Amino acid sequence: MWRRSGLTLIVVWLLGVPAGVRQRPPTIAAAANLNFALTEIVRQFERDRGTRVDMVFGASGTLTRQIRDGAPFEMFLAADEDFPAQLTSAGLTRDAGAVYAIGRLALFAPTGSPLIVDERLDGLSRLVQAAGVTRFAIANPDVAPYGRAAEATLRKRGLWDAIRSRLVLGDSITQAAQFATTGNAIGGLIAYSLVKEPALANKGTYALIPQADHPPLRQRMVLLKQATPIVEQFYAYIQGSAARAVLVKNGYEVP
Amino acid sequence: MDWASLRVSLWLGAGTIAVLVPLGVWFGRLLAIREFRGKLLVEALVTVPLVLPPTVLGFYLLVTFGARSPIGQAFQALAGHSLPFSFQGLLLASAIANIPFVVQPIQRGFEAVPSDVREAAACCGLTPWQQFLHIEMPLAWPGVLTASILTFAHTLGEFGVVLMVGGNLPGETRTLSVAIYDRMQAFDDRSAGIMAATLLVISVVTLMTTTALSRRIAPSRG
Repeated sequence: MWRRSGLTLIVVWLLGVPAGVRQRPPTIAAAANLNFALTEIVRQFERDRGTRVDMVFGASGTLTRQIRDGAPFEMFLAADEDFPAQLTSAGLTRDAGAVYAIGRLALFAPTGSPLIVDERLDGLSRLVQAAGVTRFAIANPDVAPYGRAAEATLRKRGLWDAIRSRLVLGDSITQAAQFATTGNAIGGLIAYSLVKEPALANKGTYALIPQADHPPLRQRMVLLKQATPIVEQFYAYIQGSAARAVLVKNGYEVP
Repeated sequence: MDWASLRVSLWLGAGTIAVLVPLGVWFGRLLAIREFRGKLLVEALVTVPLVLPPTVLGFYLLVTFGARSPIGQAFQALAGHSLPFSFQGLLLASAIANIPFVVQPIQRGFEAVPSDVREAAACCGLTPWQQFLHIEMPLAWPGVLTASILTFAHTLGEFGVVLMVGGNLPGETRTLSVAIYDRMQAFDDRSAGIMAATLLVISVVTLMTTTALSRRIAPSRG
């Protein structure tokens, strides 16, 4: 008797989601650097409006590719302006969108690493010269704007050629942060917005990279053609004071 | 624990079995009892997903069915959504990836049926359909069962092609294996750990079931 009702329960639970047929909440795609900040903003929005919004995080380049291949996202928050512009010129967006945040880069060293962090990368230079760099983490510059900014910073300090063979490339800035914080690398250049999160900040030391050391990480968002009214509201919400406060708290500058 | 992802994984495993095993029975039997020109090539093609990197399958599926291809656009017009980044797309990818896991055990199962048994059945006046249902199927059954369980286990473990073709959509294409990756990226090691342990337990139980069943079935075959 009990066994049968247990089995029935499992069957009902399985049948409860004929995945793909069921109505899904609207889904927005966001650059990985927003992992903590956007989650907080979306939770606020959901509480305010009594609705649900799903988020998918990834490298801006990866998400752009997915959108071009038909992924059902309704909004895209990128880590730069180039990837959204590609979608706009492909005719997939409502309009050119808006810049919602300006991101910053940080040099991070996990506890116990020989790397001493400073904003001019002097500690990293010394370690490179002493051949003390085993692995250094950045995001893949081809798909992640934060990886591009990291490359520009390393080039500016004349470290790029020397450190190149020592780089581990994350698929996204969060994966680079994984590499940098778990002690698998001596450190990495990762998003300031991730470093500020206690889950990471407690794992090592960091220094904020001056904005002049790389092209600015102007982060643009766009509504995609299939955006529904809830997502349109969310697009406006991001530009409101509550969301801007969260962005600032997470280390972004807001326009 | 991400229940929605577990559900997607179990659905995908069950769906792949439902789509693939009937086809596998038909095709595995064909390969077992027929000789034809080009059989070597066909058998190689059936086995190829076993050695192919998931990225190759993902690449071809996205190029063929993506929103930028004519086929993809036609599908979009008919179904109202694109095939990649949907559960159906994931099912297609999973079915292709599992072809060797289904066809090979079933082929071996039907090969184990002696040809004189089939001939005797035909002599007794059984129709081909009766012959299949009452003589061959009961004898080849262990192969079909192995194929189903392998498919289920392999589908739960699929990662690369799911991420490429499915794109991590919560409740639709975010399987348990992708959810673990997603949680790791969000520095949520606790959830990732729970889900990894769940997947480990499911896999071990599945394989134990296979072994137990094959032991129980094996003597009756001899």
